[in-house]
Amino acid sequence: MSPITRKSGFGVAQLLLFFSISILVIVVAVPVLLILFNAFWVDGEFNIGDVAKIIMEPDTYQALVNSLIIACGTTIGSTIVGTFFAWLVTRTDLPYKGFMKAMFLVPFMLPSFIGALAWKMLLSPNAGFINKFFINSLGFAGPIFNIYSYLGIVLVEVMYLFPFVFIQVCGALERMDPTLEESARISGAGLFTITRKITIPLVLPSILSGALLIMLYSMAHFGTVAVLGIENGIFNIPTLIYHKIHQSGGSFDSIRTGTVLATVLVVTAALIIWLQGKILRKGHYQIIGGKSFRPMELKLRALRVPLLALCLAYIGFTIVLPTAVIFLVGGLKTYGLAFTWENLSLNNYKFILFDYKVTRDAIWNSVTLGLSAAVITMFAGVMISYVIVKMKVRGKGILEFLGMLPFSVPGSVIALGVILAWSGKYGINLYNTVWIILVAYIARYMAFSLKANSAALEQVHDSLVEAARSCGATMWQSLRDIVLPLVRPGMLAAFFLIFLPSLRELTVSIMLYAPTTRTIGVAIYTLNEDGETVVSAALAGIALIIIIVGQSLINRFTRKAGT
Amino acid sequence: MEIIRVEGIAKSYGQHQVHKELTLSIERGECFTLLGPSGCGKTVLLRLIAGFEVPDAGRIAIDNTVVTDPAAGINIPPDQRGLGVVFQDYAVWPHMTVFDNVGYPLKIAKRPKGELRDRVMETLAMVGMSGLERRLPSELSGGQQQRVALARALVANPSLLLLDEPLTNLDANLREEMRFEIKELQRKLGATVLYVTHDQEIALAISDRLAIMDEAGRIRQTSNPWEIFERPTDPFVFNFMGIANFVPVRRAGESFLVGGGEQLIPWEPPQGDAPKWVAGFRPSDVQVAPEGTGIRGTVKRASFLGAMMHYLIEVDGAHLRTSIETHEAVAKGLMFKEGETCVISFRDLLWFNADSLAEVVKQ
Repeated sequence: MSPITRKSGFGVAQLLLFFSISILVIVVAVPVLLILFNAFWVDGEFNIGDVAKIIMEPDTYQALVNSLIIACGTTIGSTIVGTFFAWLVTRTDLPYKGFMKAMFLVPFMLPSFIGALAWKMLLSPNAGFINKFFINSLGFAGPIFNIYSYLGIVLVEVMYLFPFVFIQVCGALERMDPTLEESARISGAGLFTITRKITIPLVLPSILSGALLIMLYSMAHFGTVAVLGIENGIFNIPTLIYHKIHQSGGSFDSIRTGTVLATVLVVTAALIIWLQGKILRKGHYQIIGGKSFRPMELKLRALRVPLLALCLAYIGFTIVLPTAVIFLVGGLKTYGLAFTWENLSLNNYKFILFDYKVTRDAIWNSVTLGLSAAVITMFAGVMISYVIVKMKVRGKGILEFLGMLPFSVPGSVIALGVILAWSGKYGINLYNTVWIILVAYIARYMAFSLKANSAALEQVHDSLVEAARSCGATMWQSLRDIVLPLVRPGMLAAFFLIFLPSLRELTVSIMLYAPTTRTIGVAIYTLNEDGETVVSAALAGIALIIIIVGQSLINRFTRKAGT
Repeated sequence: MEIIRVEGIAKSYGQHQVHKELTLSIERGECFTLLGPSGCGKTVLLRLIAGFEVPDAGRIAIDNTVVTDPAAGINIPPDQRGLGVVFQDYAVWPHMTVFDNVGYPLKIAKRPKGELRDRVMETLAMVGMSGLERRLPSELSGGQQQRVALARALVANPSLLLLDEPLTNLDANLREEMRFEIKELQRKLGATVLYVTHDQEIALAISDRLAIMDEAGRIRQTSNPWEIFERPTDPFVFNFMGIANFVPVRRAGESFLVGGGEQLIPWEPPQGDAPKWVAGFRPSDVQVAPEGTGIRGTVKRASFLGAMMHYLIEVDGAHLRTSIETHEAVAKGLMFKEGETCVISFRDLLWFNADSLAEVVKQ
């Protein structure tokens, strides 16, 4: 028998809790608190009247209204498109369903601001290829569509955001017990009645939760509005924050307006997340289990071919066309030339990869920032998730609350917050360095890491660790030998969930970049703003290649790990 | 000599008090079972002894060393208590081979490689798992995983083995086989075993002594299997150990009358002055006859269950159940129909205080 020695448990638990709280406080809570503080605290006193005054200023008020209009439009559009396609690929006999499903998920990995760039090239009123084609070749008097409009912005956002609803509804429809529908059918209900009375009510929570996610995302979305809206004076909350701070070089007034707008975003986001939690908790999981069933399929009959054509046209129009345009424009000598073999070459690609310092720096910055943010956030996320999921310590409630924060803080808010926190006002000045971008990335992607790691840790049953403890392993030894090896897949998932999006990040970087610290997203955006359209498109093309290659590597890897 | 002494333990989760003032001791070398309905806190007690939970008050000593005593600020972590634990869900580490799983306690104790190898192989042979040491847990059946868990708990030769419902997740045949093997191993190794279960049959089969715990976490009776089954101290234990009949009996002067009627109970009267009593007896201890001496009752329900006949009989407002083997019933003319009268006598009968019945009926 191993000897029993007298030793009371020392504060490993308290230590981990302390570190976890510190990380979340420094990285997320302080920036958010500084925003609230700056918004409500004027000259040493609480002042809500001033906040109201700023909100009522014409341009701020308009930005709030615009955010709402665009978010509502995008949410409604994406919900209709997402639900319709989800139903088509799960509940009908549409041909090539597997391929369709994969294709409908592609917009997930395409950066929407690159899509917006492509649509700008296709449908800008004067120079857009489609508009020009209609005017010059078909004799139209004016452009057929102006992408610089509310409708244009909403349509582009729908193209890139509808997968949020699509994936949720697909999941719900696939997991729904078909006997629920069959028993309705046996009771004599027709297909229409079944759909209305059984299927839709059961899937509704998933639809709503996906719709809210889109609402949240669109309210705080920067890229599309920045590319398509500014031309026509359409600003939403994030673009106005950027515009104000960028224009004034960080003056007090602009920062204050920024903090007030950011506060509105944070409150809206918190509200949306609360609502989503409420909807999801309403118990649809009791009916929709984790098991996969083979649901009954609707025979489309005569509609089968037209619907197939519709899907293919949608995929061609929203995925293939914009991507092709980016690569083609990236190959042009000068923007505006026709797409003929003489005008196309790989020179731009060669230029940005090997000669042009701005783009080479940008690629290097994005890769190193992405790697460091992914590694740091992965490890911090494991620790924090471990304390939240597995440990019984007093004071865990604080951490659980802090752990919710990263989910509800939009990118532009984080960017503004880190400017307030790390510009030297509190002793450390990281402004105009890569470090401030790194801190912001960690805050922005913490939510991904917490989600992936908590999910992995939930799978590690407590008794596995207790078994190790009873075998004589200390807490550290059981973490090293049991917990870490078992959550490694979750950590890897977290790594890629951070690394890939950070390569195309725009919202945060655009607020924080200095001349030498551009990221890929910033370089694409600024080059385009400066009229370097072909170079910008070429860089966007390179970014797309990196993202697609990276994503397929992950898919292959995770599939292997899963079996 | 006692190996575990639990004194005045209290433990609650929020508002829910699981244990209060619980005291228990386990002798060295015995197989001791904690038996109780699910949710009675028996697993909590095992976790307190293992060190996975800390009591609010009280003291636990293992081998005369106090391992937990919140009042004195003592709490030895589980890894230093030198116990073997087997969990209900096996808790075999899925990323390690059988060999690595079983060898882990020795690896942590930094035993030399050769010794580790010999000891692991020896232990695997003991639980009948030789030749499977290279397998991963996902390549094993539930019963094999349970054997791995058992081997892992035994490999470091702990003087105390804690088993938390280790057989619940196995199918019936395997359960019977494993319970026999656990008992064999315990006898061979001379280890002390604390076994926690809600299964009466297992408890009676493997225990040297067992303690019956009620829903409130109180220990009702601690004794050997025979005493627990044949001489329960209260109706809870009697009821918990098998189907039981409880018939109210009232005192009228010197006579004891069944239910609300005037029939005398054909058994020795209880010791005591109380006016109201409860007669407890198992269905197999009831004898029925078409006529003769005994109390008269009416057959309310007759159920033919193949090998057995079950009868529900009413005696002056009181109900009791009995069962007779069908062939015996046919041979002796005891195939009653519903509504027929019969005469009842007893083979065995226990007297309980009427007050103590209330909680059993409620449950």
